[in-house]
Amino acid sequence: MNTREITVTVNGRKRTVNVEVRRTLADFLREDLGLTATHLGCEHGVCGACTVIVDGHTERSCTQLAVQADGREITTVEGLATGDGELHPVQQALRDNHSFQCGFCTPGFVMTIYGMCEDKKAGRPVPCSRTEIREELSGNICRCTGYQSIVDGTEAALAGTAGKES
Amino acid sequence: MKPAVFEYVSPTSVDEAVTALSTTDDIGDVKVLAGGQSLVPLLSLRLAQPGRIVDINGIENLSEITEEAGVVTIGALVRQAVAGRSDVVRRSIPLMAAAIPLIGHGAIRNRGTVGGSIAHADPAAELPTVAACLDAELVAQGPGGERSIRAADFFTGFFTTALSEDEILTAVRIRAAGPGTGAAYEEVARRHGDFAMAGVAAQVRLDGDTVAEARIAISGVDLAPVRASKAEAALAGRTIDDAVLDEAADATVADLSPSSDLHGSAAYRKHIAGVLIRKAVRTAAARARETL
Repeated sequence: MNTREITVTVNGRKRTVNVEVRRTLADFLREDLGLTATHLGCEHGVCGACTVIVDGHTERSCTQLAVQADGREITTVEGLATGDGELHPVQQALRDNHSFQCGFCTPGFVMTIYGMCEDKKAGRPVPCSRTEIREELSGNICRCTGYQSIVDGTEAALAGTAGKES
Repeated sequence: MKPAVFEYVSPTSVDEAVTALSTTDDIGDVKVLAGGQSLVPLLSLRLAQPGRIVDINGIENLSEITEEAGVVTIGALVRQAVAGRSDVVRRSIPLMAAAIPLIGHGAIRNRGTVGGSIAHADPAAELPTVAACLDAELVAQGPGGERSIRAADFFTGFFTTALSEDEILTAVRIRAAGPGTGAAYEEVARRHGDFAMAGVAAQVRLDGDTVAEARIAISGVDLAPVRASKAEAALAGRTIDDAVLDEAADATVADLSPSSDLHGSAAYRKHIAGVLIRKAVRTAAARARETL
């Protein structure tokens, strides 16, 4: 088998793993590391369910190879909440707004919206109006909600008002 | 959906990459992997089954944007999102800055590269159309050294370029837009982020109220981006009004022979090409006026 040893930091934990070179990053996360929160919908870059953060930016994990992640830092949705029972503010904002229904697209949306919040922190441009938010979210497909509640949740996440409304 | 078996090489210099491209023995097809936003899906769908992948992401000096003597050089590995945010690109290649937000989605632009999109040569894609519109020079390196290819000679057909199999695209050179220049990229797609049914790149340089130079290219209507020479000629030296725009658009659209597919008929594509020429030129001219 055609394999290579890679060292990646996933959710803060450094791992050195031997991977088959044709393994996509998404399959590596799910099958080799057991991080199954990253979902695979279309597997060709259209649906956004597999979106993760790579070196600080949102990227599709289905359209890159695991070997290409050598030396890089990855955050998946498992890496957001701290594990003390509290949701991450982005997750809380989406929960407050009942943003999701079946949950299949959720990890991709959460990471895309988390990416926007990180962009905001880093001083990079972020969407302001609901139209701009819709445009930024257009790379993630949800078949349940009609997006209204996701846009509401995104507004709350960007405003940092999670958990502050009754 | 998993890629077929291939050999993976990750060179750290252009020379090494060229060697990996030229010493193919009986390995089959060799493909360059840059951002992978087109190639990896093709691998997963097994529409592409190369024997070797040459991943150029580890080559260091291909990620720079520089401007010198009125020419902007964009390294082939510059990510589309980085180019879109670059002050140099926004100031000196406003057409590229206008086109980039229309490419796919944010997560795709964070990974996809300027060079990769041009070398992939999808006739509906934005960056090949920008390159054609602005007469970009595409810098290629092969076993025989470096050569520069004009965009007009680069896009030779459907997903086909003048690059030889042992050459790699290393940079894109584009003349910086001078004062009085405005640009716009307009397209019609079924869904946001989809490849366009047709798109129009326009750059207009004004001298007072008259058009000193108009550059127009159209995507999605042929096997490669099409330069709208007749529209450009019809606009030169004129003041832009509805009649002039009609003349320019009609002259170009009459020559187009797009194909029909499930997204749109040939007649519809011709129609939207005409509408988009008018819209893009009008917007480009308005933006040019703002710089005067």
